[in-house]
Amino acid sequence: MHDVSIIDYKMGNLYSVDCALKYVGVKSIITDDLTEIKNSKCIILPGVGAFPEAMKRLKEKKLDQAIKEFNESKKLIIGICLGMQILFSKSHENGTTNGLGLLKGEVKKFDVLDKEKQKQSFNVGWRTVEIKSNNGLNCCMPKKKDEQMYFIHSYHVVPEDYSIQTSTSKFFGNEFTSSVKKNNIEAFQFHPEKSRKEGLTIYKKLKEFL
Amino acid sequence: MNIRIIPKIDIKKFNLVKGVHLEGLRVLGDPKNFADQYYREGADELIYHDVVASLYQQNNISDLVKRTSKNIFLPMVVGGGIDGIEQVEKILKSGADRIFINSSAIDKPNLIDDIVKHFGSSTLVVSIEFVNIDGKFMCRKDFGREETDKNLIDWAKETLDRGAGELLLTSIDRDGTGSGYDLRASEKIAKYIKSPYILNGGISSLKDIGDILDNSHPSGLAIGSVLHYNNLDSLFSKMGEEGNIDFIKKKTNYKNFKKITIKQIKEFIENKISHA
Repeated sequence: MHDVSIIDYKMGNLYSVDCALKYVGVKSIITDDLTEIKNSKCIILPGVGAFPEAMKRLKEKKLDQAIKEFNESKKLIIGICLGMQILFSKSHENGTTNGLGLLKGEVKKFDVLDKEKQKQSFNVGWRTVEIKSNNGLNCCMPKKKDEQMYFIHSYHVVPEDYSIQTSTSKFFGNEFTSSVKKNNIEAFQFHPEKSRKEGLTIYKKLKEFL
Repeated sequence: MNIRIIPKIDIKKFNLVKGVHLEGLRVLGDPKNFADQYYREGADELIYHDVVASLYQQNNISDLVKRTSKNIFLPMVVGGGIDGIEQVEKILKSGADRIFINSSAIDKPNLIDDIVKHFGSSTLVVSIEFVNIDGKFMCRKDFGREETDKNLIDWAKETLDRGAGELLLTSIDRDGTGSGYDLRASEKIAKYIKSPYILNGGISSLKDIGDILDNSHPSGLAIGSVLHYNNLDSLFSKMGEEGNIDFIKKKTNYKNFKKITIKQIKEFIENKISHA
């Protein structure tokens, strides 16, 4: 019997998330089966790629409804990267697309200027994560000023209510939301499963919560 | 912005190999052992490059990527011989975060657009391997074996316009030599390329890195020989029949390579940037 379902909608690196969970001893499966999902203690929505395609695939398999119903049960939902973004109201990636709407806010493209006044929109690499509140899965994340997590994205969430922010990070000096928590939902723009043992602290904490 | 230190692990069949100018590949051992070591040392990312896949039109790197995902929690870029969407999907499913293409992009540039459409720009790195001919930088394909009529900057710009998220720019002249990156190339790259790029080829000392940072702004530095040779004594293992292992047996002295760790490199860069 599994505790965690990693939602399989064929977007991005599901296997790495599964490996990280198994490494810390969480019983997880990668699945798109609606009953399996319903019977989990927690679901994880990973994802890399484009927002509209992600929503299309979730709808095709009725996973969007399954996730909304799961949310009503108040069990833990975790979003990672694109999986964080699709929890929000809407995104402006390649037009405007509605998301799952479990969190209020929009997903916008980075449009920042570097020192040479060149436009930069692709955030790849290790960035410092400044903890705003740590009453959730990030509570064991080291609070050292220079602690870094791995990011790869060109869109970022702008929450309607900034009190859901649990951390922020910077891209060419511009601050953006790097993780959020609201009730049973917790989400990360960075990839804990790709962020060394510091990232794994999040999955270890999840194990304690289950 | 911080600069990623990325060990580049070249693979032929089941072995980590390293050559000079992309030629004369020598077997150094089990790539997974080296990856484990670089994870312990604090690498920021790993590159796996199946260096003969392009030549033989095959790809068997997925198993290695899967094994790596089980205990190495780092971003991975994987390439070599990828020429279609299905292969990309297979490699990503094995735990890679991004893939890179070179020869297939030159042969059919639309593949770049296709991959970007399916997986997003953030998944695609375009690898460009070039030689310096009297200050003109010309691209090669099939792991340096085939000449092309493309020049580095124009081709780099085209791939970025088509949606490549990042570039991996290899100086074939410097590959495996430990004589530093081609600084005329990095200077030109910095002038014309404003998107993220990783430099690869010849980087083996703190001085090499200092020289690069003086004239360009890479998002990452790929490092092969010097890290592999540092770890040979502890990690060398004979893996099957393939390849030239005499080099290892004789313990040929790799005179251009002085011992250096990933930690030293990162401290050096941090210092240099904070004083810039």
